[in-house]
Amino acid sequence: MADASTTLSASRKNTWFQRNRMTVTPWIFLAPAILFFVVYVIAPIFQSIWISFFEWDGLGEAEWVGLGNYVELLDDDRFYTSLINNVWWLVLFMLAVPAGLAVALFLNQTVTGMRIYKSMFFFPFVISQVVVGLIFTWFYNPNFGVVGIIWEFFGAAPPAILADEDLVTFGIIFAGLWPQIAYCMILYLTGLNNVSADQIEAGRLDGAKGWKMLWYVVIPQLKPATFIAVVVTVIGALRSFDMIAIMTQGGPYGSSNVLAYYMYETALSEYGFRMGYGSAIATVLFLIMLIYISYFLYRMYQDEKGGR
Amino acid sequence: MFPKPIEKASPATQLSYKLFLPVALFIWLLPMLAIVMTSIRPAADINSGNVFGWPSDFQMIENYTAVFIQSEAWTYLKNSFWITVPTMIISVSLACLAGYALAIYKFRAALPLFFIFVAGNFVPYQILMVPVRDLSVKTGLYDTVTGLVLFHSAFQTGFCTLFMRNFIKALPFDLIESARIEGVGEFRIFWYVVLPLVRPAIAALAVLIFTFVWNDFFWATVLTQGEASKPITAGVRALNGQFVNNWHLVSAASLLAAVPPVAMFFLMQKHFIAGLTLGAVK
Repeated sequence: MADASTTLSASRKNTWFQRNRMTVTPWIFLAPAILFFVVYVIAPIFQSIWISFFEWDGLGEAEWVGLGNYVELLDDDRFYTSLINNVWWLVLFMLAVPAGLAVALFLNQTVTGMRIYKSMFFFPFVISQVVVGLIFTWFYNPNFGVVGIIWEFFGAAPPAILADEDLVTFGIIFAGLWPQIAYCMILYLTGLNNVSADQIEAGRLDGAKGWKMLWYVVIPQLKPATFIAVVVTVIGALRSFDMIAIMTQGGPYGSSNVLAYYMYETALSEYGFRMGYGSAIATVLFLIMLIYISYFLYRMYQDEKGGR
Repeated sequence: MFPKPIEKASPATQLSYKLFLPVALFIWLLPMLAIVMTSIRPAADINSGNVFGWPSDFQMIENYTAVFIQSEAWTYLKNSFWITVPTMIISVSLACLAGYALAIYKFRAALPLFFIFVAGNFVPYQILMVPVRDLSVKTGLYDTVTGLVLFHSAFQTGFCTLFMRNFIKALPFDLIESARIEGVGEFRIFWYVVLPLVRPAIAALAVLIFTFVWNDFFWATVLTQGEASKPITAGVRALNGQFVNNWHLVSAASLLAAVPPVAMFFLMQKHFIAGLTLGAVK
């Protein structure tokens, strides 16, 4: 009797699974990834936004302050400095795209040993930004850094780039461009590899040369590479944390701060553990990023619709 | 090919190109070369302003030994390894499964889910920081290697799924269709048909994730405190504080941090670049 009923329910289960196999199977495949992603990425986004409405030191009771943290932001000079620096990062980091293209064009030849040259040019991207930051901190040191030596060679007093409120952000961005140009370069080298030879030939027959050829024939074909290069550069610019933490910690006097670092500073360092205020800064940063994310997803959606 | 192949240019242009190439490379890698040279110099050289010149004495072994003896560099390197390798395995495995589901099955949630994975991957770290740190503290995972592995695995799953889904989608669907007609089960199709075909994608992702996670600094600072679980990136920063103005030691430590990803890149170059430039061509 018991046997019969288990067999029956087993076979019923079996048929149910069989009937719904194609609906259930993808969810079994997806379950572990969804679990991880929800716990560590999706849920924290909403939790952060929620926390931004509280004053909380991370340990005690959180106190509801509504939009209080956001109102405070409107009056916070350090926040504005960070925001403006973020704009500088976004604008100047974009130089990595044309610079990467220039390096790629320079290297797109088939001289012997070219492969090694290409990988050596790409090399800065592989090393940690912490290391890049340290290298440039030392580079910029007016006493025994390379910049000091170059300036003295020309008989000038070396500037203390990282201690100068007006220069510091540009000094860090310049250092950040080094690996970013390498990244854009590799994207363009791959893109150039796939530029149609026929079209170049046709362009040549029509008398296009040099800049004209580049602008009207080559760059349009590099569009996918340009798109990815812009996307990764925007993300890189808004994620600029490592370099600032290593090179200046936002200083001098907060002049090289960006939202990413300012958020960390408010929530986890000397300014006390202001988790709510930090989360409000993070939310602003997230909203800025969301513009780019939406645009990226929109582009992907168009591709998906067109694709199949 | 654009620009015009240099072989078609005049011999003078060709020669100047070939001469300029190493010069350009030298300038490009100057910061790197400077740090390599510094790491083998005695401290006296730097203090006397001999930064570019020939080292007065080669102290490579002394400097590197000093880093290991005077600091926890060895622990940091070990931690980095134990954070990076499990993350690589977990996130790539999860992404193989998820990517397969999103690419092969036609169900309404497929595209929205895929977009969530893509979007999550671009999110600024700071929006995750407070809750993730809080979660880690509450579960006892704060300041542990496991805590970092779990977070990195979850976060990198976004990128890996994006990659895998597109890779599997580009495979010929007939293969799966005919296996189904033969009556092969869905899990067996995944294991015996799809998995062998995505090997290049697995290799590409493995090297990329290795590099990304090895080079992570933000989460290393947020989720660790003591020496016992710090990876080398956070370690190098701690060393920087400890070896103030001992640039020869800081340089040596930085280079140690850079060696594994650089080695990975040169060994797996083809896969690395294939992974990074996915989407750069249509």
